[in-house]
Amino acid sequence: MDKKPKIIVENLQLFYGKKQALSNINLTINEKFVTALIGPSGCGKSTFLRTLNRMNDLIDNVKIEGKVKIDDEDIYDSYQDIVALRKKVGMIFQKSNPFPKSIYENVAFGPRVNGINDKTRLDEIVERSLIRSALWDEVKDDLGKSGLSLSGGQQQRLCIARALAIDPEIILMDEPASALDPISTAKVEELIHELKQMYTIVIVTHNMQQAARVSDFTAFFYVGELIEYDRTTKIFTNPSLKQTEDYISGRFG
Amino acid sequence: MKNKIIGNAAVVVSGLATLLIIAVLVYMLTEIIINGRNYLTWEFLTQSPTEGMTAGGIFPAIVGTVLLVLIMSILGVPIGTITALYLSEYAKKNSVFTKLTRFAVNTLAGVPSIVFGLFGLGFFVQFIGGGMDKVFSAPDQVVWAQPSILWASATMAFLTIPVVIVSVEEALRSVPQDYRAAGLALGATKWQTIRKVVLPNSISGILTGTILAIGRGAGEVAPILFTGAAYFLPHLPKKLSDQFMNLGYHIYIMATQSTDVEATKGIQYATVAILLLVTFTLNFAAVTIRFRIRKKRIT
Repeated sequence: MDKKPKIIVENLQLFYGKKQALSNINLTINEKFVTALIGPSGCGKSTFLRTLNRMNDLIDNVKIEGKVKIDDEDIYDSYQDIVALRKKVGMIFQKSNPFPKSIYENVAFGPRVNGINDKTRLDEIVERSLIRSALWDEVKDDLGKSGLSLSGGQQQRLCIARALAIDPEIILMDEPASALDPISTAKVEELIHELKQMYTIVIVTHNMQQAARVSDFTAFFYVGELIEYDRTTKIFTNPSLKQTEDYISGRFG
Repeated sequence: MKNKIIGNAAVVVSGLATLLIIAVLVYMLTEIIINGRNYLTWEFLTQSPTEGMTAGGIFPAIVGTVLLVLIMSILGVPIGTITALYLSEYAKKNSVFTKLTRFAVNTLAGVPSIVFGLFGLGFFVQFIGGGMDKVFSAPDQVVWAQPSILWASATMAFLTIPVVIVSVEEALRSVPQDYRAAGLALGATKWQTIRKVVLPNSISGILTGTILAIGRGAGEVAPILFTGAAYFLPHLPKKLSDQFMNLGYHIYIMATQSTDVEATKGIQYATVAILLLVTFTLNFAAVTIRFRIRKKRIT
């Protein structure tokens, strides 16, 4: 399949106060591929993920330098509309976080805040999103039930449905399966495979096998720097750097 | 051996201290009910005081107290809630302005209520009321620059605002940060996230704060001494600029200013019983609402 750049990161630096968390990141993320971000805890991979939809803006004292271009537009330009950006770049969190509302209202939340109130259209969006997140068959008779009454794996797929409902182009996933049992994890991984037909996916994971299974490209981060970035098959079979090899073979980290 | 004795002593001492508290409460309530029970009639609740307050009921004081807390809540709860929203959702945690606001809230909570009363007299009655009279009233006519239910409620609102701020802020803090992140990540604006996610999940805290504030307001007397409470009124307040009677103040008047204190004793006990009933009910309601909504959130 052809590579087409979707996100281009140039000389990205990020500071928490005086502490540098990311230094000089250059990376191109391809459209409709899955890119995995790996590295030991505290290496900056989650921080990097959150720069892509500007969630770091919520933290006081964060300073960001460099460029993050999505479809050739720098999302850190002062005229950028952050709300519009976050509609384009959806996000799935480590801990599933459905609202204490019904399944239906959880999925309808995004469309509603975007001004869609027509019942037929909402029904349609809710159904389509739940089908895409492979949850529809399990919940279609019970859409009025609280999202919190679902199992952990179902909750995470509900969060994915909720993110899909606003028609994003990019989906960021921050260790989406780290709190799930193996069967639910398998379902989420399968889902990622399905979703990359339509979406560009960036996933942070601690699980090497998971990165190898779901991703097309892998970026290895270490202490705030991007060490190596390549095709996943290359990274896992024949990495260019010794450091990468040591990490994926479990010799450190 | 020595440790065991100390351990047992700790059990006995802490148990006795608890018993003492319960005993005081039981003694107080029995005393009030035994001495007041003959006066607690339907007439007592629905009639005005008669014969120099040695007979009749406390109806105007009940109505006055209800109106007072009602107007107080309308003025104070929105200000308190909005301030709490600002502090919890918008303010930068460590900015000078936030620290100053918090300091002001804490200080305000510690100001003795009589000082609020004096402040109310100087600020609301004389300054604001006087200013309004200059603008709206005929020359030499005093409408607003005198104690009234409006100024008493406004004074009381300032007394209760810290209570509202603290409990609403606590309620807002109990909403998981994950919900806010989820809302924002779905392209909701900050205000949409607050309105559709944060507020619905903290409504119990806001209600509890309101009720606690009302409970506090219903029992306070000092702030309304100079700002609107009347010694005796044959009629109910009809306008915001009217004075009013109040349960707490009524007790104080009967106990200290009556021409025949002995004759009012039974009425005093009965009035105290009603005042306690009102404040207990409000506190109980606050606890119940909090409990119900918590339970609903879990299921």
